[in-house]
Amino acid sequence: MAQLTLPKNSKIDRAAGKTYKAPPEAKRVRVFRVYRHDPDSGANPRIDSYEVDMDRCGPMVLDALIKIKNEVDPTLTFRRSCREGICGSCAMNIDGTNTLACTKTCSQVKGDVKIYPLPHMLVVKDLVPDLTHFYGQLAAVEPWLKADSPPPSRERLQSPQDRARLDGLYECILCACCSTSCPSYWWNPDRYLGPAVLLQAYRWIADSRDEAAGDRLDALEDPFKLYRCHTIMNCTRTCPKGLNPGKAIAEIKKLMVKRQT
Amino acid sequence: MAAKTADAQRPLSPFMLGQYYRFQLTSLLSITHRITGVILSVGTVFLAAWLLSAATGPASYGGFVRFARGWFGQLLLFGWSWALFYHLCNGIRHMLWDTVHAFELKDVYLGGWIVVAASLLLTAGIWVLAYL
Repeated sequence: MAQLTLPKNSKIDRAAGKTYKAPPEAKRVRVFRVYRHDPDSGANPRIDSYEVDMDRCGPMVLDALIKIKNEVDPTLTFRRSCREGICGSCAMNIDGTNTLACTKTCSQVKGDVKIYPLPHMLVVKDLVPDLTHFYGQLAAVEPWLKADSPPPSRERLQSPQDRARLDGLYECILCACCSTSCPSYWWNPDRYLGPAVLLQAYRWIADSRDEAAGDRLDALEDPFKLYRCHTIMNCTRTCPKGLNPGKAIAEIKKLMVKRQT
Repeated sequence: MAAKTADAQRPLSPFMLGQYYRFQLTSLLSITHRITGVILSVGTVFLAAWLLSAATGPASYGGFVRFARGWFGQLLLFGWSWALFYHLCNGIRHMLWDTVHAFELKDVYLGGWIVVAASLLLTAGIWVLAYL
């Protein structure tokens, strides 16, 4: 059943938010409103406001978060690593859409910069969601090459055309932006696999070297795992890598029909 | 298990459409498809009432027609006709998607706006016809 409100322990305590002022000499000040949750305090989440002097800050949202952590509030917690959109660590909800903090410029956001963790996930601390379940779902589609034929003495060859079919699939960095933007995934996270994992599933189904496409389709033939996708397309709209999970899911659905005829 | 207690205490991150996750044409048209589907089902009761009144006799049929021609009845019919055309047009969009066409983001948006425009035009058309 669609869940429309947050549980009691998850409601944001608006009164508890703290404000951190910019230094008085700052001329170009922007406010970053950041979701905070401290698991040790037992208190409800709150929104802290950080005023940042943009003349002394890098252009990306991640630059601002790092500046805040380094100079203002070392307790602010978030994942980050590569700072160039290839690791997927800093995925979060910025200005109402999921994206990577390292590739989102502050100037793309109008007004205050609102930052929340990826939607409808259990929060470990601040902007860090618990991805255990998401990774478990990925493992469930067995995202590796499966082949029964005897291994060749060299690499498994693939024609340039067959290789081209993996374009737009292999680039996925598993940041979970798409899955956590999907209302269907919000309502059925336990049974629906979600766009990111289904794109991964299709990445192996579409691979000419893989020999388990039939088994893979069998495993997905389920009212929830695959068919909770209603082509809402929030996934494709939000993918920070410009990929198309919605299309990958449609390809799987088409193969399901095709093999019955 | 320790992990289980931690899970129970962990808050759920905010997700609600509009408030925390921006309404985009994608999700807006999808939820509208759902809602118009429900409206169409409920509207069938209106249709059944019309047939029932016709079967019952001239007096009840006259009463129904008076209600349907009143401002409230017309409003219901107007909403219902738009829901029908929206659901029809967006249904065609879904059929196109089922054949794995029009999946590039710009086509998703183009198709979405076409559905909105077509549903409004068709609704306007049928009401112009009705009042001519």
